Amino acid sequence: MEILLSITSGLFLFIGSFLCISGGVGIIRFPDFYTRMHAAGVTDTLGSAMILTGLMFQSGDLLVFAKLVMVLLLILLVGPTTSHVLAKAAFHNGLLPQGLNTLSKSDDKEDTSSNT
Amino acid sequence: MINIVLLSLLVVIAIAIIRMKDLFAVVMLTGIYGLLSASFFVAMDAVDVAFTEAAVGAGISTLLMLVAITMTGRKEKVTRHKPFAALFIVLITGGLLIYGTLDMPLFGSADAPIHSHVAPRYLNDSMQEIGIPNVVTSVLASYRAFDTFGEVVVIFTAGIGVLALLFVPRRKEEDEKIASINDSMHEHHLVIRIITKMLIPFILLFALYVQFHGDYGPGGGFQAGVIFSSAIVLYTMLFGLSTARKVINQGFIQLMAAFGVLFYGCVGIASLMNGGNFFDYNVLSDDPVAGQHLGILLIEWGVGVTVAAIMIIIFFSFAGRRELQQHSENNKNRESL
Amino acid sequence: MLMGLFNNWVVIVLMMSGLYIVIAHGNLIKKLVGLTIFQTSVFIFYISMAKVNGGSAPILSENISLYSNPLPHVLILTAIVVGIATTALGLSLVVRLKESYGTIEEEEIQRQDNQQNQALNKERDK
Repeated sequence: MEILLSITSGLFLFIGSFLCISGGVGIIRFPDFYTRMHAAGVTDTLGSAMILTGLMFQSGDLLVFAKLVMVLLLILLVGPTTSHVLAKAAFHNGLLPQGLNTLSKSDDKEDTSSNT
Repeated sequence: MINIVLLSLLVVIAIAIIRMKDLFAVVMLTGIYGLLSASFFVAMDAVDVAFTEAAVGAGISTLLMLVAITMTGRKEKVTRHKPFAALFIVLITGGLLIYGTLDMPLFGSADAPIHSHVAPRYLNDSMQEIGIPNVVTSVLASYRAFDTFGEVVVIFTAGIGVLALLFVPRRKEEDEKIASINDSMHEHHLVIRIITKMLIPFILLFALYVQFHGDYGPGGGFQAGVIFSSAIVLYTMLFGLSTARKVINQGFIQLMAAFGVLFYGCVGIASLMNGGNFFDYNVLSDDPVAGQHLGILLIEWGVGVTVAAIMIIIFFSFAGRRELQQHSENNKNRESL
Repeated sequence: MLMGLFNNWVVIVLMMSGLYIVIAHGNLIKKLVGLTIFQTSVFIFYISMAKVNGGSAPILSENISLYSNPLPHVLILTAIVVGIATTALGLSLVVRLKESYGTIEEEEIQRQDNQQNQALNKERDK
């Protein structure tokens, strides 16, 4: 039982960290703002959810478990909202996705990527 | 190991901040810098400090700087002259300081001079004398209560200073105009407004938890005040200043800021009246430990109220100033048309 | 030796970066950011002094015997909140300067001041 729990939690933690790292690679490698934000937003929400689930298996204490559940709920609420607001703000200010009538200059992109 | 990684990242960010010319990016990097230093504080066992730094360094300070650069412009002018003199001074000072560190005790050694003086007393006796597990809170609120009183007064004074510099008398008809603009923006911000409305009660509840749980875990008045004010600031950002002022009267907030400091001082006076020293809570109740509990609870409450009120006042002043500037710009545009 | 003083050296590097920003950059907001970095380096210095190897956070519990030093934590905890209050005061001064001078670059503010002084002196000479 003990071993089973630690194996599952280790698996979850591994998937979570892998997703976070792939999100980080995505932020650096993807061509324009929207794809970068996609990489950051999606993997961050799922990655941190996976890590928290992995930690829940290890918690053992009901209070710690409940706290982790609350943190998970907060992340599930806040993560997608911030991605949504960020994309909306970028679109509102006239930044178009690459390939779609590329008006955005290269220095423009650097600015926005450093803000994510 | 993890602290070496965090410290290296801090250095990288500091160098990036020096090189960046876009102030918006600089402010965002400052936020990341604050969050990283908070993580470093966790690694150094300073949980209370990390809590405060995460709320202040990564939250409120980034926000205030953002408000400021919306008013002052986001590009930094490129300086033409070469900064060799500055580099020279910095290198000399840094070299001397590094020479000075060679005599410092090594990191983490338990027999460093800093650990031999008052700290053992706090760690060994505070459980009998004060009776609460969080030593940081008992030092902050009881052993060094007078010190903390000074800090609270400094915060209060800074708040008054901001108010004196940025106070805007408001007029009625403008409020209605702004309110109508806000209503038209409602559709635009629908998702974030609803999520915010869902989150604000929990943020306020969390602030109260941090306030009253500070004796047993990381937390206390300073952190709770900042978290409480961040909920109000979030509301103000999304629903407009005039709506927020209807919810929380600014006059009331100013009164609360003064009240918190006064309340803190009154606890000291009360212990004087009962025959003890200033901020000696033992005399507040028949049982010394119960008296300490009561005293710490009361002054933490005073700290929390003051910090929350001052942070809200600071944000309101900045936002009000910005509204005034936008308003005068609009008027100018209309006249030129 | 090398690892034992690493924290102090990083603190000095951060402190000097903050000092460099304050001296070499003319933009007042950038100067405030530099001050914040300087301030945070002092926080890091205090907190790393408080750490004891193998110690845990200073929240008393029955089965822990070694704690880190709580005193620097208290000092820095209050210093952080005081720091943000004073930074806000500085920012509000910058905002007022922008309103009256139209710029937040140090050199331009100084130039405007000099011009004003020269104009005043000329009037007095007449």
